[in-house]
Parts: sequence; C-alpha cells; structure tokens
Amino acid sequence: MKKSNLVIGVLALIAVIAAVVFFEPVEPKKTAAVSDKVKVGFVYVGPVADAGWTYEHDRGRLAVEAEYGDRVETVFVESVSEGPDAERVIAQMASEGANVVFTTSFGYMNPTIKVAQQFPNVRFEHATGYKRADNVATYSSRFYEGRHVLGLIAGKMTKTNTIGYIASFPIPEVVRGINAAYLAAKSVNPAVKFKVIWVSTWFDPGKEADAAKALIDQGADILMQHTDSAAPMKIAEERGIYAFGQASDQAAYGPNAQLTAIIDDWAPYYVRRVGDLMNGSWSSTDTWGGFDTGMVALAPYGKAVPDDVRAMAEEARKAITEGSLHAFTGPVNKQDGTPWLKAEETADDGTLLGMDFYVEGIEGSLP
Amino acid sequence: MDHGLLTSIIHAIIVASTPLVFAGLGALIQERAGVLNLGIEGLMIVGALAGFASALAGYPLVVSVVMSGLAGAALASIFALLVLRLYANPVATGLALTLFGLGLSALAGSQYVGQAAPQVSEWIIPVLSDIPVIGRAFFSHDPLVYLSIIVAGVMWWFLTKSRTGLILRAVGENHSSAHSLGFSVLGIRFLAIVSGGALAGIGGAYLTLVQTPLFVEGMTAGRGWIALALVVFASWRPFRVIAGAYLFGGVSIVQLHGQALGISIAAQWLSMLPYIVTILALVIIASRGRGGHAAPGSLGITFKESK
Repeated sequence: MKKSNLVIGVLALIAVIAAVVFFEPVEPKKTAAVSDKVKVGFVYVGPVADAGWTYEHDRGRLAVEAEYGDRVETVFVESVSEGPDAERVIAQMASEGANVVFTTSFGYMNPTIKVAQQFPNVRFEHATGYKRADNVATYSSRFYEGRHVLGLIAGKMTKTNTIGYIASFPIPEVVRGINAAYLAAKSVNPAVKFKVIWVSTWFDPGKEADAAKALIDQGADILMQHTDSAAPMKIAEERGIYAFGQASDQAAYGPNAQLTAIIDDWAPYYVRRVGDLMNGSWSSTDTWGGFDTGMVALAPYGKAVPDDVRAMAEEARKAITEGSLHAFTGPVNKQDGTPWLKAEETADDGTLLGMDFYVEGIEGSLP
Repeated sequence: MDHGLLTSIIHAIIVASTPLVFAGLGALIQERAGVLNLGIEGLMIVGALAGFASALAGYPLVVSVVMSGLAGAALASIFALLVLRLYANPVATGLALTLFGLGLSALAGSQYVGQAAPQVSEWIIPVLSDIPVIGRAFFSHDPLVYLSIIVAGVMWWFLTKSRTGLILRAVGENHSSAHSLGFSVLGIRFLAIVSGGALAGIGGAYLTLVQTPLFVEGMTAGRGWIALALVVFASWRPFRVIAGAYLFGGVSIVQLHGQALGISIAAQWLSMLPYIVTILALVIIASRGRGGHAAPGSLGITFKESK
C-alpha cells in the first residue's frame, strides 16, 4: 500500500516537473489584462535572453508596447522549436484572440501558412520566409547591406590579410552575407582572403568557440560569424584580435575586440505594421528592409577602429541608405569564373534571395 | 604544416574533449553500479552555471570547480532519491532530470548572460613542456585537464584494484547477489550517482570556465548525450572513455581546421565524421580487444530490497 502511494507520488512529481518544463513556456505570458484592444502575438525560436536573434525581436515587441501603450496587448512564447510545436503554439495564440501573430523564424513558414488557413480573420507575419497568403505577410532584413560595411572595415584593418568567417548552414541568407562581406573587403584590400568554417549549427557555443580558435590559429586576425552565440567574440577578446558582433551589440563580451556589430532592429517594422492593423490599412506584403528602413543597424564603432576607416564605413552606410550604392555591383564573376554581373549592373532581389554560389575569389567549395 | 599550428591543434583537441571526459566518467561510474542516468546533460549545465557564477563572484578556480561538482551532486541526489528510494522509472526520471536541469539553469542563469568570467591560467609543467611540439600541446594546460586524467586513473584503480570498487561492480552486475552477500546496494548506488553527478557538473563547468568561456542557456548543446554514448562504445572502461572523447574531439577540431585550410569535402560530411569515426573505432576495439565488456548485468533495473 505504502509503495503504491509512493509510486503515485513520484509520478505526480515527475508530472509536475514535466509540466513546468514542457508546458510553462507554452502558456503565453500576458503583459496586459484587458482584451478589447489589438492583441499582438510573437513566437520566438530561442530564449529572450539569447543576446542575439530572439532578444532583438523581443525589443521590437517592447517598442510596440511603448508606442501604443494601452491600445495594444502583446503576448509571446519563447523557445518554440521549429517542428509540430510551432503549429500548436501559433494556433493557440490565434484562438486566444490575437489579431496579428509574428512568427520569427524561417522554420515556422509551413506551420504559419497552415494555421493561417484555419484562422482567416487573424493576420500573420512570417520572418525570413517566402510563402504568403491573403492574411500572411513576410518580412526580412537586408543584412547583406550591413555585411558590406563590415567587409570594408575588415579589409582595411586586417594585418594578416586573413578574415575568418564562422558560418552556420549554406542557405542563401548566409551565402549572401559571405559574398557581400568578401566583395567589400576585396574592394579595399585586393590581397584579402576569407577562411570559411561551416559549423552546421545555429547555436553551440563550444563548437563556435572551437571554430574561432581554429581560424585564429590559421592566421585570421578578424572574425565574422553567422551563428547565434557570443562565444567567437569572447575568444577574439581573449586572443587579442578583432571580431564583429552578430544580430545584437556584443561589446559586453568583447569590449576591445568588437569593431562593430550588425543589429537586427525589428522595432520600426513592428510598430509600423501594428499601426497599419489599427487603422485598417494592413495588407499582405513582402518587406525586405535594409539601412533605409532602419531594420538593419550598426553598433557603435569600437575604439580600435581608426578615424579614416570609420569615415569610410559611414560613407558606405550613407550611400546604401540613400540607394546610391548596392552591395552587389558588377563586374562580379561567380566562383567558377562565369560572369554574373556586368560592370555597373546590380543584383536583382530574386538572385539574391536564392543565392547558392560563391563569388570569384572565395576559396573552398560551398557545402 | 608548421609546428606552431600542429601544437595549437593538439591543444585545442584536448580542450574540446575534456568536458566529454568528465561527463563520460561521471556516466561510467553510475553505470558500473547499475544505474542508467540519462540526466547527464542536465547535470552538466547546472554545473556549468554553478562554476560560472562562482568564478564571476571572484572565487578562485578550485572553489568554482568544487561548486560545480556540488551542484551536479545535489541535482543527482534528487535523481537518486527518486530512482532508488521511490522506485521511479530511471529512464523517465533521467529525461526529466535533463529537462529540469536545462530549465533550472536557464531560469537561474538569465542574469549571467552577457557577463565574462576571468580567464583561467595554464599550468605549464616544467621540463616536459619544453619538448618540441608535443611539450606545449600536452603540458601547458589549465589544471582541469590534468585533473580529468587523474580522475580517469583513480577510477580505473578504484574499479579494478580496490575492494569497494569490486563491490560497486558486483552491485552493477547482479544486485540481488550483491544484496544477499550483505552489501548495501542502495548505499553504493547512491554514492555512485552523487559522485557521477559531481563529475558531470565539473564537465559542464569546463565549458563555461575554459572552453567558451561564457554562459548561455542550453550551451551544453547535446554533450551529455555524446558522453552517454561514449560510455557504451567504450565498453564501460575509463581509459577507453578518454580515448573515445579525445578521438571525438580530435576529429571535430581537425575537420574545422580542414575547412579553414580549404579541403573540399562537404561540411555536412565533416560534421558527421566525429560521430562515425568514434563509433567505428570503439566498436572495433571492443570487438577485437581482450575482454570487451558487455553492459553491467543490472544496468537500469530497479532494485527493491523486499524481493
């Protein structure tokens, strides 16, 4: 008798633990109580405290709250894996009265479309995807504009002419970043070489740190990354070299190492879209914003960046913002030597969105 | 390849492997006592946070290591209570322990995101570190690397030469017989779980104190599971765990360097390589070497005294 009580007790305890671990994050965290106002939902792929991708989306959410005060109510669910869980979370938000749901990772594309069919009166916004519907809009940022500026700084500042690049997966977004940075670096330093390591993960601080060490040991004196943790920045700081922050200002990890960082600033977009919804002008659009919309921003330049490099970077940023400079301007050949862009020709968005080739001069093959 | 690069590659391999050595040994001691603990990942990350927090608070390395071990041991003792005294299913409890550890460390650790621990200095062993190439690669490490080797040696001695170690193995092979001989099955298993938890915690702390060195939630990124697999493929022997961990770490680091050198093999293949090579090597050793161990006979079976 006693034993069976114990077993039940243990099962209950496990259930409680499981409930805390599994279900607690799925319960949308309410940040306001009344519901007769615009309700905005956010689905995050990582924890808000990731100091990178999700952190910036959450800052966008807070900006919406700050802008509209008690006219909005925002809810969010963090660390939602890109599988079946996503569909459940999105549907739950929609059924609990959200007027618009922002799904903030590429892997939420199909779940978003599926849930959108079940809730035709709810608007959905999917980040970095390409599938749209009457009530599904997409949005992304032209991070490659930021990569161009980073490439210029790197090309000017490298002493070993070797830039290390820690890449995640060979999707167009990442390949575009490498190409943009390389072309910019090459334009100011013809001797520059890029060493690219693919770590096949978005987030594994240990592996990212190992890759950073490998690149430094092979002569890189400036690191760029397209992975989500600050470990490479921390290693750069320890080894006394330079690096660029990813997605968010990472100066806390590399006060001496960080030259600047690409910051994903979603606030202007989120504020505008929620405003559109309020005044009834929301429609399904495809937004790909860069410096000009404020969606791509740069962290303050590190103290190691000399004045002339700073001026050059600012000039490029201004030109891109005004539209007089495009990060992909010909003549550019593909890696195998076949021509891609003629002189003065700029890349069209279609090619950029599907980019699956290195430009000429980058060594190694694309996985 | 110049000597400097070779030295730094070997150095990096040892650093990348050390968390797996600690965690693998932590899993091994429990499994030899017949306890299957799938919570290694959770124990690691809790230890990682405890060690990082102590280092940030300004305590010396030895205190940080002790704190990470205590954190791992404390969490493991919950597992011990559930599995040994309350007869909970060890598989489910272990999984819950992993999830619980990840959640707990995320909750308690959010304030540490964005902070940097002080750098751990290396102990350069005189004379030996003067040997060309390998001297710097093997004998100029942080103290934890040496500790991991010492722990493996002590564990080997304990399991094969000491009386208590033989009792522990007896408990793992056949708990009913061990019990009928008058040994305390639960007592032995409790000690194994707690000490194994401490080792896993220290393994996690190595990540936050030396390898990365920062704390973010979920940063163990599956190393606990790799450690568990290593133990099986190492046929439950301490030095094979080291060999397996170093092989795994070695291929991981070498493939990164291979990419940076521009070797044109698809990165996806290279990422798979550590797993494939380690599994193959350890399976071959186990099938050919003398006395490849089978799993401990009572592994994962709940022991009830009244039976």
